[in-house]
Amino acid sequence: MIRFNEDRRRLLQALGATAALGSTSLLSGCATTGQGKTIGRVVVIGGGFGGATAAKYLRKWSKGTIDVVLIERQSHFISCPTSNEVLAGHRKYETLVHSYDALRKNWGVKVIQAEVTGVDPVRHTVSTDKGEVIPYDRLVVSPGIDFNFGAVAGYDAKARESILHAWKAGPQTLALRQQLEDLRDGGTFVLSIPKAPYRCPPGPYERTSQIAHYFKTHKPKSKILVLDANDKIISKTKLFADNWAEDYKGIIEYRPNWNATEVDAASRTLTSEIGDKVRGDIINLIPPQTAGQIAHQAGVVNANNRWADVNWITLESTAVKDIHVLGDATLSAPTMPKSGHMANQHGKAAAAAIFETFSGRTPQPITMANTCYSLVDHRRAIHVDSVHRWDAEKKTVVPVPGSGGVSTAPSIEEGLYARAWAQNIWADSLG
Amino acid sequence: MKAFATPLLGCCLLAAAQLAGATETPRPTPYFAANCFNCHGTEGKVNSAIPAIAGRDREYLAEALKAYKAGTKPATIMHQLAKGYTDEELAILADYFSRQK
Repeated sequence: MIRFNEDRRRLLQALGATAALGSTSLLSGCATTGQGKTIGRVVVIGGGFGGATAAKYLRKWSKGTIDVVLIERQSHFISCPTSNEVLAGHRKYETLVHSYDALRKNWGVKVIQAEVTGVDPVRHTVSTDKGEVIPYDRLVVSPGIDFNFGAVAGYDAKARESILHAWKAGPQTLALRQQLEDLRDGGTFVLSIPKAPYRCPPGPYERTSQIAHYFKTHKPKSKILVLDANDKIISKTKLFADNWAEDYKGIIEYRPNWNATEVDAASRTLTSEIGDKVRGDIINLIPPQTAGQIAHQAGVVNANNRWADVNWITLESTAVKDIHVLGDATLSAPTMPKSGHMANQHGKAAAAAIFETFSGRTPQPITMANTCYSLVDHRRAIHVDSVHRWDAEKKTVVPVPGSGGVSTAPSIEEGLYARAWAQNIWADSLG
Repeated sequence: MKAFATPLLGCCLLAAAQLAGATETPRPTPYFAANCFNCHGTEGKVNSAIPAIAGRDREYLAEALKAYKAGTKPATIMHQLAKGYTDEELAILADYFSRQK
């Protein structure tokens, strides 16, 4: 497979200037901190943990010789990690919100706020709702997840006004916090978890602990009912089970194998696939998920019509050449979680692979790691971590035997690390 | 660092550098060192509960990583992560972060 357009490279070398790539005026102001020499242009769709990191590290490792355009529809980055703390009142919402200015100022990334309306893999262009058509040598698609609301009957636009998922941080986070504040003491909060794979495997269980802590301290007669489509707590299993039994006894009821297939918003009732019904005062319904819509449109979603299969050395799509896919949108490698931390690592691996390719070298496999903290109350945390290494025989990345693991128990020390982790990964991805 | 003016001078400087325990020859970017940036800050530079690792003594970092891997240095998480890397990779990490100022 040709990794870089050879004719284009020769043309570039002949001209030795950005002019060859600057076929639109859009990028004329794009900073090249090198010697004015540009070795390629990358467009990144999506400014989350994956896309922002890829943009930063493409600029950093190429010493400014790769032009990078980052297209993001939101004006600001809003962090899903730590948003469960906002629900419990343990953290201010404003701390989740981060600017893209540092990517512009520190790294010369051209950040455009727009919605991508189309990808043309033949012409190598991306078009936006602002009417821009932006050319690329390599495209990085990092759109995160979209929700499959259709999998739950009745979860229509009207129902979504009162039945929240809060599984993308933003207005829904604030709205769910408001529902919790408005709840009478003695009310029932119902959390519905979809079958794996979904974004952030421990996230629903952390949310359960966080809200349980809020109830215990503010509304002690209230209950949480966890309806899990999976057959057990799928992450940090024993740690969460012990935490609920020891600290939140009588507050949390957990029901495995409870797959919500229907919701009635008016009566706040969920129905399972076998016809069980549950009513709650708040229904927090996390729907099944798929790669973000733009990944579907770009033609890279080639696994079960849900996820994008990639080469785990380069993060390049196995369906469409010159398009790399990062983060939650990928068909995860064995045991690899859909997490912000992992997406950051994908961004770095893709940035390295693209820079190596533009430099005429062959990208080498890069070991990746994951670390994920969950706060179980206002100050104690637990973690899960793993290291994933390329296996040439299996042609994928697999967890390194004997590495990785979980906490022995929740601790204040890990709570401090959890909050430091958030600060540090925000800075590493966006700063 | 720029290429040396003449091969002869280059040899002398290189030899001197090796004697001094420093290695000034250009080497490929160890991209996997960026795995550590998520928690320890870009290039290991950070001021947080999770400690900075930039500019720390190379031998200390090497010994600490080895001990984490062997399970002889208590940790919340590093004993699990260090086991994911080869001894050679841990030595590269120690060297890389010791040189970040």
